[in-house]
Amino acid sequence: MKSLKIIVLAKQVPDTRNVGKDAMKADGTVNRAALAAIFNPEDLNALEQALRMKDRFPGTRITILTMGPGRAAEVIREGLYRGADDGILLTDRAFAGADTLATSYALACAIRKIGDYDLIIAGRQAIDGDTAQVGPQIAEKLSLPQVTYVEEIISLEAKKIKAKRRLERGIETVEAPLPCVLTVNSSAPDCRPRNARAIMKYKHARTITERQDNSEDYMTLFNERPYLDIPEWSVNDIETDLSQLGLSGSPTKVKKIENIVFHAKEVRHITPDDSGINELMKELIDNHTLG
Amino acid sequence: MKNIFVICELEEEKIADISLELVTKGRSLANQLTCNLETLVIGHRLDNIESQLFMYGADKVWIADDPRLEIYTTIPYASIAVNLFNEEKPQIVLLGASTFGRDLGPRVSSALKSGLTADCTSLEIGDHVDKREGKNYSNLLYQIRPAFGGNIVATIINPDHRPQMATVREGVMKKEIYSDTHKGETVRLDLRKYMKESDFVVQVIERHIEKSKVNIKNASIIISGGYGVGSKENFQLLHQLAEAIGAEVGASRAAVDAGFAGHDRQIGQTGVTVRPKLYIACGISGQIQHIAGMQDSAIIISINNDPNAPINRIADYVITGDLEVIIPKMIKYYRQNTK
Repeated sequence: MKSLKIIVLAKQVPDTRNVGKDAMKADGTVNRAALAAIFNPEDLNALEQALRMKDRFPGTRITILTMGPGRAAEVIREGLYRGADDGILLTDRAFAGADTLATSYALACAIRKIGDYDLIIAGRQAIDGDTAQVGPQIAEKLSLPQVTYVEEIISLEAKKIKAKRRLERGIETVEAPLPCVLTVNSSAPDCRPRNARAIMKYKHARTITERQDNSEDYMTLFNERPYLDIPEWSVNDIETDLSQLGLSGSPTKVKKIENIVFHAKEVRHITPDDSGINELMKELIDNHTLG
Repeated sequence: MKNIFVICELEEEKIADISLELVTKGRSLANQLTCNLETLVIGHRLDNIESQLFMYGADKVWIADDPRLEIYTTIPYASIAVNLFNEEKPQIVLLGASTFGRDLGPRVSSALKSGLTADCTSLEIGDHVDKREGKNYSNLLYQIRPAFGGNIVATIINPDHRPQMATVREGVMKKEIYSDTHKGETVRLDLRKYMKESDFVVQVIERHIEKSKVNIKNASIIISGGYGVGSKENFQLLHQLAEAIGAEVGASRAAVDAGFAGHDRQIGQTGVTVRPKLYIACGISGQIQHIAGMQDSAIIISINNDPNAPINRIADYVITGDLEVIIPKMIKYYRQNTK
């Protein structure tokens, strides 16, 4: 097997695992805007699998594809720092409000435009929604095989990939033809850290919008080093049916959102008898902590 | 037309519990909507499989039986479901939120261009008014699920697209025999019309059910035990509670060193760092090394004989007393008051 072309799908997500005091509103609900924006953890596991293929097959190119607002260019830079070769930011108001179906449609259209690839690797799911749907839906839209819950790519040869999947009660080794879509579990190896040379190389990588926002004059720098340009694709750059994008392309609608109210850190002493325990359990069930 | 479908999952030639839970739920939804409940079973050697489903309330069992379908692979299973649903046009399709359902569901929903809500914890029937469009909808499926790392609970609807698809986590719904005498219709699909040879592109080369890695890192509820639990036998109590409420069991370093639990369960600086939405610390005194690994848990309950255990300072709830007394009470209340 010679070199490969790999697309890694990454998402910038609010760090829902780490809701600190600063992110709490006075009423005990979470202020989502106050959460740090991070590289979705399982997408980092996905990137590591891609980097291992690059280690094995020198000359392999890894492209990070992300959809989101302008600031999502951060995940592309993070990917470049860790060893990816380039990235594309898919950003447009037309994509806003998309559910998983409309998201996978937009990403599939962008992947069609990229055109030349052997492997698409994504995290199993993103921590803001936990749906695990976008990977398989992209595979369906591109008529590609999918291998989900991947823990390890075992081998890749003669246009076939062999991967280990982790299921609830066991493991499975499957073989799929390339190109295909893999989604990677958190039980896969963690992503390697940033590489100092890559940071030096890419620290000025910017999208065109970021360059406009920035007062520094990037003109000369970008003419000399074209790899610092992070391409930004809008709906006009990809071929789409507009009715399948964004809110209008989303079959699912959010009818209602209830915030889970956390209690202030004030110790409550529960008596170890039936009434004390029953009251505690009732409270935990009623506020959806249990059940 | 307009019926409810459950795509069933098999476990050692039997219908898996998660599927029977969904059939039970599907039956009550079908009664509410006055439609039929149908089930789709895909696999091999499915003789008489329908008998397991009728008593849970299925009105019709569609069977796709073929040697090539013995082991699940995505594309042929998806083809069968998609082709059948295009003919039958169900209003609701339910699957388990297992690796099976979470692999198959999105593939099917994408092909049908219908919405899919993942990991629902509750399903209800209700109405909806779209004020902007001036449209009224009745008898929609309310798909209720936690989101945002469990910080919110969202109610999702699919007003205009059918089927309304949802996956449901195992253990959330109750499995209950509907009637021992309930009988329905069985249809064996002529698979030549539902799948193609070219669907079999992914091969399962090896498959073995081994003991799964303990997954405390991603658990949303953790019952953790310390040296104060006293013995390996007492640790079983923690496992019983974990099983009842759908949690993982963790341990402090002292408990692991004492041999009460395996290394893969260790939480703390030298183990795993966890941030579940609920952490129940049992007999854990609260060494810094342990606290460092769990202090960001959203809710902490400490159960300890020692009212002055350091962990009580970071706990939201403190229960001072014996585990052997307290844990069975928790299990009992939970079992009686959920599902």
